[in-house]
Order: sequence, then structure tokens, then C-alpha cells
Amino acid sequence: MVSGKPKITLPMQNTLDTRVTLIKPSFGWAALNLRDLWIYRELILFMTWRDLKVRYKQTLLGASWAVLQPFLTMVVFSIFFGNLAKVPSDGVPYPIFSYTALIPWTLFSKALHDASHSLVSNRHMITKIYFPRMILPLASVLAGVVDFLIAFIVLIAMMIFYGIAPTSNIWTLPLFLILALVTAIGVGLWLSALNVLYRDINYVLPFLTQFWMFLTPIAYPSSMVPQQFQMMYALNPMTGVVEGFRWALLGSGQAPGVQTLISSLVALLLLVTGLVYFRRTERQFADMV
Amino acid sequence: MTPTAIRVNNIGKEYRLGQLMNTYRTLRESITERVRKNRQSTEKDNTMPNSIWALRNVSFDVNQGQVLGVVGRNGAGKSTLLKILSRVTEPTEGSAEIHGRVGSLLEVGTGFHPELTGRENIFLNGAILGMRKTEIESKFDEIVDFAEVEQFIDTPVKRYSSGMYLRLAFAVAAHLEPEILIVDEVLAVGDAEFQRKCLGKMSDVAKQGRTVMFVSHNMSAILRLTEETLVIDRGQLLLRAPTQEAVDFYLSRGLTQEGQRQWLVDEIPAKSAPFKPISIRLLDKKGNVIDTVRSTEESFIEFEYSLVKAVKGLRVGIYLITARGEFVFTSFDTDDEDTFIALSQREAGNYISRVKIPANLLNRGRFVPGVNASSFSIRTYFHDEQALAFNVDASGAPGTHWPEPRMGPIRPALKWEIKKLDHAN
Repeated sequence: MVSGKPKITLPMQNTLDTRVTLIKPSFGWAALNLRDLWIYRELILFMTWRDLKVRYKQTLLGASWAVLQPFLTMVVFSIFFGNLAKVPSDGVPYPIFSYTALIPWTLFSKALHDASHSLVSNRHMITKIYFPRMILPLASVLAGVVDFLIAFIVLIAMMIFYGIAPTSNIWTLPLFLILALVTAIGVGLWLSALNVLYRDINYVLPFLTQFWMFLTPIAYPSSMVPQQFQMMYALNPMTGVVEGFRWALLGSGQAPGVQTLISSLVALLLLVTGLVYFRRTERQFADMV
Repeated sequence: MTPTAIRVNNIGKEYRLGQLMNTYRTLRESITERVRKNRQSTEKDNTMPNSIWALRNVSFDVNQGQVLGVVGRNGAGKSTLLKILSRVTEPTEGSAEIHGRVGSLLEVGTGFHPELTGRENIFLNGAILGMRKTEIESKFDEIVDFAEVEQFIDTPVKRYSSGMYLRLAFAVAAHLEPEILIVDEVLAVGDAEFQRKCLGKMSDVAKQGRTVMFVSHNMSAILRLTEETLVIDRGQLLLRAPTQEAVDFYLSRGLTQEGQRQWLVDEIPAKSAPFKPISIRLLDKKGNVIDTVRSTEESFIEFEYSLVKAVKGLRVGIYLITARGEFVFTSFDTDDEDTFIALSQREAGNYISRVKIPANLLNRGRFVPGVNASSFSIRTYFHDEQALAFNVDASGAPGTHWPEPRMGPIRPALKWEIKKLDHAN
């Protein structure tokens, strides 16, 4: 054939040397292989998009759930902690005090839940095709960000209602969001990989999230925690996130300081160990899941 | 010299038996196991092997542009090999080098989501198979065209018929353009028209100079598509030869058992439940197990199986294939409509389905009966295209007084009439 459409031509010679994949058993501390993750970066977005598309199919209220979950929790908290137990709220109306904390918290707890199930519920993909497995928990965490944004719109409405103007520190808010995501990804990697090997995670997770919520200043201000425990308290990265949200948006609570630094370091530690543990166990996923 | 596309070096894969039985550990088991191991580290318990090698010491090279077939019985290690080469699972030992982008198709429709529309699934599935968004966009129309689903492209795939679903799934995969394509038994599904279309597409792919590794139980597909074939049995590479030779070897050197055959636990796929094949035998009319049938005598094929629970609309049948991969016939035990209605549900229990092969039917040669247990248009429970093998001895059959080979797989005794005409013009 001389003319016509150019037929598929394969750049065989030049791919030969550049694109060699070596398959061999890996031992011990596998390299993180983030290059593969980069090659498959579009798949992360596709999987996030799939999770979003599918999430509220066949539900009556659809994406309103993204708002209802933190909002109803806020109502319950306001009645029991705010009104009945008279928990202090740093001089801010209790509903907005708790809702500001609940939206990053809902993002976090949903991310943990979805990420920890992500590998097991996609086992048919894991056993049939190669792609960096890390994409699955990552996409579950990212899909939560959209819910977060929807819930955030309600927060803006509430701030207008209560006549609270955001502080000039609002530009730091994305940093605290990133801190929440880093923590969620770190813990999510741990839980998703553990769940492949040990289904106990299904039973552990509800308790873990519940305890973690009480360890985070959501229903109460962190100032209620005795001074001598403050440093220990900051080991929970979500403390840093929640405090940061309140500080940047409402101007209440403490300004970021040593505690925030501790929270960030712990989050980073969780992320790094999560990555390493995930990579180490990844090679067994297809056989174990 | 053509450059190498795949180089496999002494690859082996060990499975713990627990993994094969599809159980997962709980934290407690894992902890107690560790404690026990520490305690017993000095003692040896060799009562039972707790691991098996699904694949061992397998080495071969594939040149660029070569189309290589892989044959072997169920559980021989074919799929494990493809899983290793497509990086789904890691080998336990050995190594492999892959030169170029790999597209693997161990299943059609991996990652398809029932709630998403055809259009959405094309993009999702394409991305999972390793295509870029721009690449999918440029091929989108071609894919839809191949799958013949234009009208339904914005309908969720859960509303698709199984045929449409398969066509769409295969269409995405077929438009993947990797340098190396690894294909497992994906053509075993779908109707004849679909299979024909897929095989056509596969041979196009092969003609474009891409490297293909192709596993199939379908000998005629292997013969049609591949030049060279690997024969794998019990995790070992037995032979690599030009395809015709490899297929002959596979079908005739006892890799498919002669006379009778029992299915081992690891040869029965988990998804065949509630159907469980037990054994298949070839019998003469006195009930003796034989491996050679006399063409002039009738014989029986007996297929024993059990149903763990009742199955509706079940049909159990055989098909007969020649050593060259041509189909001779297909027959099911409920082909008779009255029998089918009477047996609309088969209760749990052990069964034998037995078929009589009439005398004066088969020509001399080697035949391979396959078995199939399915409920029409619902699902196939079990399927083994090489359940058994036997020879047919044609001595005494019509025409054997002329010692010449006769063409064709059957040699029926047909009635001839010879009439002398009175007027020669």
C-alpha cells in the first residue's frame, strides 16, 4: 500500500532500550516506584471520577448526603454538647464551632473508610490487570475532596448567617486541607494494605474512627485539654487540622505553633511508613486479595 | 537478527495452599502462626506440603513480531505465566525482561462498572488498560463501531445484553495498541459470530507486527493465529515447537489422558460451583475402559459429576474435536426436548451422563472429547476442551480393503446402490 491513511507504525527500535520492564521477585524494602504512579496519573483521575459517579447512584438525596452527614452531626452535637452539656466553644456560636471541625473530619473519616475497602472491593481488577495498586486508595481519598467542597459551601452560608468574617489567615486553609489529606492517605495506605491480608480491619475501623474522633477537638475546644497533655495531644495530626481550620476561618483557638509542627511531622511519618508498608505488601495483593 | 521482546529466565511461582483455597488470614491466625513457628523452629513437620509450585524453571524468548501460542490443561500454569508477564503477580524466583509496552487481556471488561454508561466505561476501561485519554478519544468512534452499540452508548451497561457487554469490552481491548499483547482465554465467551470477529481482530493485530502471546484451549484458534506454541504441563515447559507440531504433541502424547480421567482439585476452577466434574471414561459395550475405539463397534463416553446444589436448565454435553482442532460434533444430554422439560431442574447429588457413539461413525485417527456443563444463555459452569483423548482404529470399516488413508473425520457406513443402465448412451 502506497497511499492512504498512515498505518499504525510502532516505534520499535527506539522503545527497545528505553522501555524495558524487569520482572523479578522483590525482597525486603522495595523501591517506591513513584515513576509508575506518574505514568498512570490519568488513571488516578479516572478512578476518582468513577468513585464520584457511582457513589450517589440510586440514592434519593444524591450529593446532598455530602452536606447532610456533617450537618446533622453538627445539629446533634449542638443540642447535646452545646446546649445541654454547655461545652465551651472559644466564644464562637457552638454550631459553627463544631461544623468547622466536622467538615475536615468527615473528609478524613470517609477517606479512611473508602480507602480501607478500596483494594478488597476492586479485587477483580487487581487479579486481572497491572496498574499501580496505590491508585485505588488514592482515588478514594481524592473523591472525598469533592464532598468536602460541597459541605464547605454550607459553611460559607453559616458564616454569613452568623455574621462571622473569615480572618486574614484564610490563605493557610489549603495547607490544613493538605495536612488532612496527607494524614488520610498515610492511614488509608496502611489500612487498605492491611485489609487485604487481615479482614479484621473491617471490625477495627468503626472503633478506630470513633476513638479518633474523641481524640480530636471536634465537639470541644482543645483548650479543655490540660496543659501537661497538650504536646501529646498534638501527636494526633487531625488536632492540627481542626485547630488550623478554626484559626484560619473563625479566628478562634490557638495560632499554629509547635503543636502544628508536631501534627505535621506525625502526618508525614504516617505517609512515609504507609507508602513503604503498602509497597512491601503490594506484591502479595493479587494472590491474597 | 530480530530483537527480543520477551525474555523469560527460569521463572517460578509458588503458592501457599491457603492462597489457592482462597482463604485469607485473620490477624489472630497470623500471630499464632508466628508464635507456633518460633516454638517449632527446631522440629520439622513434613506431614503435608503447604505450598505448590504453579510454575517452575520456565525459560523462553519471544522475538519481536512473533505470535506465540500457549497450550496446556486446566491448572497447568498457563494463566500463572501470563499473570507474571503482565505484572499482576510477582514470580517467586527467576526473572523476565519485557521490551516495550505491554497490553494484557486476561479478561474482557476488567473494571467495567455496571452503573456507568457505555461511553464512560470505554474511557475508564481504556485507562485501566493503559491508554491515554487522547488515545481513547481518537479511537472512540472505531471502538463504538466495532462493538455495534451506537444506540446504547449513553445507557448504563447494566442494561446491556451479555452479547453487547462482551462486544464493547472486547472492542476497547482490541483497540489498545501495545507493542506486546498478552491474551488469555478471552475468546471462550460469547457467541460464534463474536468469536469470529475477535479472531479476525486478533489476526489483524498479529499482522501489524506486534508481539502476541495467546493462551487458548481452542486448538483451531491456536493453529490459525500462532506460528510457534509452548506446551505447559504441571508448571513445566515441556515443548516449544512450530504450532502444528506442538498441538499434535499436546493432543497425542498423553497430555490429555487416555481412556479415563479424573479431575484433580486444582484443575477445577472455583467458579464452576455448584457443578463439580469427577471423571470421564471411554467404555466399550461390555463396560471396559478402553483407549482405542474400533470404528465398527459402538462405544460409550461416560461423564460423572456432582451437583452441590440443584441447578435449573442444566445441560451436560460433549463435543468431539479432531487432533487438528476441527469440530466433529456437539451433543448435550438434554438435546431431546422432552427430556429437557422433564429434567428442568437437576437436584443436588452425583450423576453420570452417558452417551453412545454409534458404530461406523468415526474415521481412523485421534479424537479429543471436550465436556461442557451449562445452562443455556445463563452461564457455563464447567468447560474443558480436552477432557480426554482416544484413537479410532478403522480396521474392518467400509473400504478398508484398500489400504489407503481416507479423508475426513467421519467414516460412516453409507448405503450405495449400483444400477446397470440398459442403454449406454
